[in-house]
Amino acid sequence: MKTFNYHSAKDVKEASKLASSNSAFLAGGMTTIPSMKLGLASYKDIIDIKRIKKLSGIKVSGKTVTIGATTKHSEVASSKDVKKAIPSLAALAEGIGDPQVRNRGTIGGSIANNDPAADYPSACIALNATIHTNNRSIVAEKFFTGMFETCLKSNEVIEAIEFSIPEKSSYQKLPNPASRYAIIGVYVAKHKTGINVGVTGAKSCVYNDKDLAGALTKNFSSSAIDNVKISSSGMNTDIHASSDYRANMVKAFAKKAVDAC
Amino acid sequence: MASLVGSRVERKEDKRFLTGKGRYTSDINIANQTYAIFIRSPHARAKIKKIDTSKALKSSGVVEILTGEHIAQDKIGGLIAGWAIRSEDGSEMKCPANPPLAKDSVNFVGDPVAVVFAETLDEARAAADLVKVDYKVLKAVSNLSEAMNSEAIHDGIEKNLCYDWLLGDRQKVKEAFEKADKIIKLDINNNRLIPNAMEPRACVIDYNTASEEITCYTTSQNPHLSRLIMSAFGGVAPENKLRVVAPDVGGGFGSKINLYNEEIVCSWASKKIERPIKWVAERTESFLTDTHGRDHITHAELAVTNDGKFLGFKNETIANLGAYARVFGTVTPTYLFGPCATGVYIMPAAYSNVKAVYTNTAPVDAYRGAGRPEATYTIERIVDKAAMELGMDPIEIRMKNFPTEFPFKQTLVHQIDSGDYVAGLNKAKEMADYDGFAARKKESESKGKLRGIGVTSYFEACGIAPSPVVMMLGCGVGLWESAEVRFNPTGQVTVYTGSHSHGQSHQTTFAQIAADELGVPMENIDVVHGDTDKGTFGMGTYGSRSLTVGGIAIVNACKKIVNKGKRIAAKMLEASPDEVDFKNGEFVVAKSNKKKTIGEVAFASYLPGVRDEVKSPLPEGDEPGLIESSFFDPANFSFPAGSHICEVEIDPETGHVKLDKYTAVDDFGTIVNPLIVEGQVHGGLAQGIGQALYENAQYDDSGQLITASYMDYTMPRADDLPNFNLGFTCTKATTNPLGVKGCGEAGTIASTPTVMNAVINALGGKEISLPATAEKVWKACKEMKKSNAKAA
Repeated sequence: MKTFNYHSAKDVKEASKLASSNSAFLAGGMTTIPSMKLGLASYKDIIDIKRIKKLSGIKVSGKTVTIGATTKHSEVASSKDVKKAIPSLAALAEGIGDPQVRNRGTIGGSIANNDPAADYPSACIALNATIHTNNRSIVAEKFFTGMFETCLKSNEVIEAIEFSIPEKSSYQKLPNPASRYAIIGVYVAKHKTGINVGVTGAKSCVYNDKDLAGALTKNFSSSAIDNVKISSSGMNTDIHASSDYRANMVKAFAKKAVDAC
Repeated sequence: MASLVGSRVERKEDKRFLTGKGRYTSDINIANQTYAIFIRSPHARAKIKKIDTSKALKSSGVVEILTGEHIAQDKIGGLIAGWAIRSEDGSEMKCPANPPLAKDSVNFVGDPVAVVFAETLDEARAAADLVKVDYKVLKAVSNLSEAMNSEAIHDGIEKNLCYDWLLGDRQKVKEAFEKADKIIKLDINNNRLIPNAMEPRACVIDYNTASEEITCYTTSQNPHLSRLIMSAFGGVAPENKLRVVAPDVGGGFGSKINLYNEEIVCSWASKKIERPIKWVAERTESFLTDTHGRDHITHAELAVTNDGKFLGFKNETIANLGAYARVFGTVTPTYLFGPCATGVYIMPAAYSNVKAVYTNTAPVDAYRGAGRPEATYTIERIVDKAAMELGMDPIEIRMKNFPTEFPFKQTLVHQIDSGDYVAGLNKAKEMADYDGFAARKKESESKGKLRGIGVTSYFEACGIAPSPVVMMLGCGVGLWESAEVRFNPTGQVTVYTGSHSHGQSHQTTFAQIAADELGVPMENIDVVHGDTDKGTFGMGTYGSRSLTVGGIAIVNACKKIVNKGKRIAAKMLEASPDEVDFKNGEFVVAKSNKKKTIGEVAFASYLPGVRDEVKSPLPEGDEPGLIESSFFDPANFSFPAGSHICEVEIDPETGHVKLDKYTAVDDFGTIVNPLIVEGQVHGGLAQGIGQALYENAQYDDSGQLITASYMDYTMPRADDLPNFNLGFTCTKATTNPLGVKGCGEAGTIASTPTVMNAVINALGGKEISLPATAEKVWKACKEMKKSNAKAA
């Protein structure tokens, strides 16, 4: 690991001020630290935002669940409020990584990193999330822009993620047997305003599968998905799953998700 | 005193290991130590044109940078193959030189070319980045099936062929095949595995400039052997100036048998730079450079009669050695594999032909089971295929071909002293509720799932012996084991063994057997191992040999202690040694109440006299003290055996294989500690199941290891495994006084074919290669659905 300056920011304003094109915010550090240790990333400044109290916590209002950026996966998984309002979101958090990861990793870190195989981005898509930063609010479909890419500026700090409470929802994933990241993960959510099918793992970036959502809008049942054609073009291929297998699994897991709703 | 052999004594090691008090190599720090970082080839095959260390040498904290040139100047020798194998045509095997630092060419990704020593680890790393190596990259040979038709990797080794070995009689097999009703043919792979010991390899070297002694702390399964090789072949120092210590070792599975480049280089360099050196592998280095396991391609044929009798067997295998031949690399696919390929069956004619080839991949060597899992996989898969093609039950076909009389002369080499294969399979059948399978299959089908059942019967040949035969077959050393048992004057006992635990609980098991022999409480017995300065000599731990060879050496040394004790007690009690019995730690004169405890005898042996009188308890000719040693060389291997049955449930929509039930019935002869043996079986099963369903080391065409981290290399995890249903049968080994057989590798040997037989059974006989990953199984399910639809 290359040497760097460590800063512990006392508030969001200070964190933002310290940031540069050669810095990284540190929350759980689940990706940042291993990347630095392996020499894949190096920064001049590491800005720790864990001590900013305002960034952590869960709030449920009538229609939304708002989760602070540095809230840990284990906190979401065990939150009675989340379990009651959006049980599928608590279940998703319970299925991330392992206990060590869940006790350190944060929701804000996960979505800022936008790993194409991460779980939370699919929840943001499916649950019509709004990502609140220190200077704006961004809807999920605009937030995730590409592989490990978001629309965040280098001095922009995620403060909280606000999820709409759906009528029904379920997240089903096929974990990579080695890493347990999603080979594919499908998050189906039925809102009064419409249906979203957030898909992670399949392509370079999370997306809302409009074909599946369309079929489910007409008939919310797993049989409605049978006739949807899912193309393997643009899907990832690696030693664990070919694009053809992924395309088929998107369908299989969408069906599982609908059945579990 | 109740016998400790057979009781579930808790492990003496647990307190240390479970409370973080283990002392591993990387826990050791020597004042003024330097840190080593190795510079490794990023290419699978290349010529080294030039190494420029000038900039790196000026980097902060750098003490020294050494390359293959320095190794050559100092005439430091390289790594060796421990067994010389002869080809069918009588020619000797061909092995390339394997210098500890490559000088002219590199042959796998990770092959070390230079080493940096610096004051801190960070400084060593930073300097390593500045070492410039100019390579001429050559086309890598990374595909096993194409290796013999590819350009020669090593000068003078045509077709990349180390040897083309035959065991058995081709003519007899030909005749047997002519008589067959049916010939079953099978083409299979045996996937390459990475051992993944929890503790990465490491060494800490302390060179004493005054005494000129090198102490090498290292992660080894056999420190004496490492010292021997480092001295005799490496030329690092004479054996008396070289001490090798393997403290607690966190797993090895065979990967820590070998002496590696880093230990030779650091030991030699410590003397050169007159500083202690510490090197600890990073996980990526472990993936790249620990010896790998398995990696075979096999074509097998089984000649059968219509009623399921076996007539003959052919085994044609290509085995991957990787870039170089290492200690057990050449014997694993020959004598540890070939003879076992006919399995537990009466097989009138058979041969095993193995072509071992070099590729630009990490060296392949012994990995838990070493050759026997590959052999068992071959025979057990083809036996199942035969049952399927003949329309027979897999248990029925096995029963039909089991030997029922022992000793049983197995077709190719082994004279199996004891066993009862019928009893084992019957017990497994009952415990697994084999007859209830059809109902469970129906139930799975009602949920849209497929269910399969798999059976395997295996035997293992472990504790390779006797030494003269082993050396006749080409081994460079004898495979006996030594022990020394020392009574202290105040009655506690220290047992020195040449075996070395890397997780096997020797401190418990060996204390149990010594306690029984000596009648001393287990708490008063300490087991010392892993240090060439303590104890006589040792061949180490691998091939399930510790108890059957090392444990018996302890028993024999204890017997010598008791014999001497009898003589002393007799003199003390004024009786003849013939009249003295030894029982429960007491020497008792027959038909009297005259007795001495073994502690009293030990005390007397060290303090042989009394006040005011010249009187010794020692008989004439006996020396003071109570210390005895023994070297045990068994008359033969030991032959554990058993039958395993498992059931899998497959989701055809996703290809996910759920291992639902697993029953293992094993015959390990006398069991010293059931708790430890069950643990060995559990661990072995997990590894064999890992091979069947998850683990797979893969290289790409350019020879890059694409599964070099846990992100891509799938280890089996607790939630992948069911509760194991274990049972035991017992036929005692006749080749050792305890009747014990090895148990360390059995689970690994039997479980891979058991699981694959179940998967293929669920797929209606459709072959798939190892490992049965979800996508492969899903594809097979799709094809099965298609062909079922056609048939309907």
